[in-house]
Amino acid sequence: MSEPVIFERSQPGRRGVALPPLDVPEAPPLPAEFRRDDLPLPEVSELDVVRHYVRLSQLNFAIDSVFYPLGSCTMKYNPKVHEDAARLRGFQQIHPLQPAETVQGALELMFRLQEALGEISGLPAVSLQPAAGAQGELTGILMIRALHRDRGETGRRVVLVPESAHGTNPATAAMAGFTVKPVRADRAGNVDLDHLRSLLGPDVAAMMLTQPSTLGLFDPNIEEIAAQVHASGALLYGDGANLNAILGKVKPGESGFDVIHINLHKTFTTPHGGGGPGAGPVCASPALAPYLPDPVVGERDGQYVYLHPPKSIGKVRAFHGHFGMFVRAYTYIRSLGADGLREVSEHAVLNANYVRSRLQDLYELPYDRICMHEVVFSGSRQKQQHGIRTLDIAKRLIDYGYHPPTIYFPLVVDEALMIEPTETESKETLDGFIEAMRAIAAEAATDPELLKAAPTTTPVGRLDEAQAARRPDLRWQP
Amino acid sequence: MTTAHPQTTRRSRTSYVPHTEADRRQMLETIGVASIEDLFVDIPAALRNPTLRLPDGMSEMEVLAHVEQLAERNVTVDRLPSFLGAGAYRHFIPSAVWQLVGRNEFYTSYTPYQPEVAQGTLQAMYEFQSFVALLTGMEVANASVYDGASGLAEAMLMAVRLTNRPRVALAASVHPDYLRTVETYLVPQGIAVERFDPAAPPDASGFACLAIQQPSFEGFLVPAEQVGEAAHAGGALFVVAADALSLGMLRPPGDYGADIVVGEAQSCGVPLQFGGPYVGIFACKQKYIRQLPGRLVGGTVDHEGRRGYVLTLQAREQHIRRERATSNICTSQGLIALAATIYLALLGKEGVRQVAELCYHKAHYAASLLTAIPGVRLARPDPFWCEFTLQLPLPPSVVNQKLLDRGILGGLDISDRIPNGWLVCVTEVNSRDEIERLAAETRAIVEGR
Repeated sequence: MSEPVIFERSQPGRRGVALPPLDVPEAPPLPAEFRRDDLPLPEVSELDVVRHYVRLSQLNFAIDSVFYPLGSCTMKYNPKVHEDAARLRGFQQIHPLQPAETVQGALELMFRLQEALGEISGLPAVSLQPAAGAQGELTGILMIRALHRDRGETGRRVVLVPESAHGTNPATAAMAGFTVKPVRADRAGNVDLDHLRSLLGPDVAAMMLTQPSTLGLFDPNIEEIAAQVHASGALLYGDGANLNAILGKVKPGESGFDVIHINLHKTFTTPHGGGGPGAGPVCASPALAPYLPDPVVGERDGQYVYLHPPKSIGKVRAFHGHFGMFVRAYTYIRSLGADGLREVSEHAVLNANYVRSRLQDLYELPYDRICMHEVVFSGSRQKQQHGIRTLDIAKRLIDYGYHPPTIYFPLVVDEALMIEPTETESKETLDGFIEAMRAIAAEAATDPELLKAAPTTTPVGRLDEAQAARRPDLRWQP
Repeated sequence: MTTAHPQTTRRSRTSYVPHTEADRRQMLETIGVASIEDLFVDIPAALRNPTLRLPDGMSEMEVLAHVEQLAERNVTVDRLPSFLGAGAYRHFIPSAVWQLVGRNEFYTSYTPYQPEVAQGTLQAMYEFQSFVALLTGMEVANASVYDGASGLAEAMLMAVRLTNRPRVALAASVHPDYLRTVETYLVPQGIAVERFDPAAPPDASGFACLAIQQPSFEGFLVPAEQVGEAAHAGGALFVVAADALSLGMLRPPGDYGADIVVGEAQSCGVPLQFGGPYVGIFACKQKYIRQLPGRLVGGTVDHEGRRGYVLTLQAREQHIRRERATSNICTSQGLIALAATIYLALLGKEGVRQVAELCYHKAHYAASLLTAIPGVRLARPDPFWCEFTLQLPLPPSVVNQKLLDRGILGGLDISDRIPNGWLVCVTEVNSRDEIERLAAETRAIVEGR
């Protein structure tokens, strides 16, 4: 049974909120050329609204209710204390343009978060401004672009991106005005060093590298990659999407990266919110510090102040960034400390390898080696033997009560199934998931129709995406 | 003699890791390695396990006390009369908004890649798109962008794609952060960003678009219709940045010819929280949807004909199109868009208009009192909604400091744009008493008292 849209619940004259009466003299009316006549919004009671959105919420799978091993998204538990921290009046009720002396607590929190992210990444020049990972990428690449320009190296028009990278990497490079060239992986899933060498030259501005990669693998040749990139005069950009694997285990700055972005909503467990808001701080080497977005927070004689980087790329959004996310991430880092953060990555990696070890007899493992925080399987065996697609496996998992892994990404793996358990899941939870995956592998052989018909336990079954694209229905019509 | 009990003196912290020693042992055995460290052998030994110089971890009780101390060092806008706006607005937020947004099923889910288990998020996004389309008077809207500033940059890039003209024009009266964001996004792509006065729009034949903000950064309403006509006469698109709540009272941009409408919906149920997260709106004409950036939710049916929602037209997006995508944008502002959706549903037809009108009347009352002070005048004769710029007889920085000493957070000093310019914002949360105090204290300061 489907829930009607809120507009369909409207009844003329119904109201959800009472507002106070006007307590000042009325002003002359706005000139007609600026005034709107009709405002076609719904008329519903508060209870109508509450029931409607409570019902909608009940149609979702979420971390707080089920295991959610969505690869590359780091769906770890979001501690509740973060929400209490973020909702303190002293953080909620402050305006971004208040005088700095009236928001010293907020600026101190931002300063300390900058310092902590700089320490964790080994890249001390930090901007918290970018709104999400993709915007962090754009920020970092624009900083690299500006540095080359200042050095007179305007011929560097190419950015190298491994084939396995997130789509945001090539899209970002294009948005920053660069041409994208893909870099191949070798048989072990690492960057093909010969191919990289053949691509590097005076026209290359940067290489964008995700470490560990989207295959869940740490490239052991990282020092050699960085050395080659730097020798050619290019810079190494790090996509920090997979930072959850390496907290306190290796610092990207020490392994040769010049600038990275960090996804606070992944590694530092700010809530994913059904698709945002994220937060994508950028951490850079001292050479790139002058190019950071404007402003950053500094400390001067015990006072926290706005600093304006002298060669700033400008602003990538209004104001200072997603401050509400900074409060959560800061609370998390202060709760854990260095030892706690290292424990996070160690157990994220332990969990992923446990899943790998217990499923690799039934599912094809394209790169048979120790993985980091996530493991990428291929559904190719099920496809060849039983005509079952990865999509069917994912949908069947829903009937077992699990959110499916990321599927069909990375693109370089046929029928990819990308599982990221995260460190906050217990062995019992992993065992339950593993048993479901094993049962599904058996069902693929004995009862393939069961998988093709899945899911059957949800409010709707598989939806007609072709129709949605062919006849776009993107809004309610009065 | 007593000895401290080790359990109570040991540094306390959590990492939310549930593993017992026995779990770890069994798991390592299954994997076939001796220790967790063996799982990190791909990291070159010289780089592995660096020292992290961070403060020790804390218990929940300690960490909450610590952040509470930081929060208490901020002067909050609910403790003193505040007249700051300039792109971030204080409005009343009904209790139901964040109690509903805070439901775990919305809070701790992610992008609805698996629509069968994300119908709640998807339908809420579809409703958000509908609200934005209705408010702006446009045919379609997306599921949100990061904020108003980056949304404007994306709109201008979209206009460049649609017209193949690498040159855009932006009203000089837009928010300075919006202007800087547009330049950050467009200039590296070789697109020239020029400025114009909306009272005298340029010949648009060489431009991809003419863009305005309505009301302007200074708070005044600009002659939008004539800008739109000039844009279309030159074959350019007309882009309008608008505050979502202002559209409870102001003419929708779709009515005066806008091709793309962007802006902020922070004013609809989102707390100030020092500048973010907020939520950008993005609407356009139906014929342009294949060039729209960002996520779109569409209605469809399942195999049994039941109505449902999916992410759609994804061939525009980076995860499919990579370097040929319409934008690199991946996520939207899901949860904040949900807050705006619930706010608009609760306030509804009458409430949204009423809030907009309360702001209008109160702002005009404030302006009438302030302009009665000798030497204080409106910077422009144009109509305005909830914000206006005054020119003061002395530097706004001086006035603001003295107001703060008297317990009032004054307007924004914009003397870098307008001589002694002071941008004052008044909304429904400012009481008559607050407005009269602002006027009385400003008068006293101007008169040297």
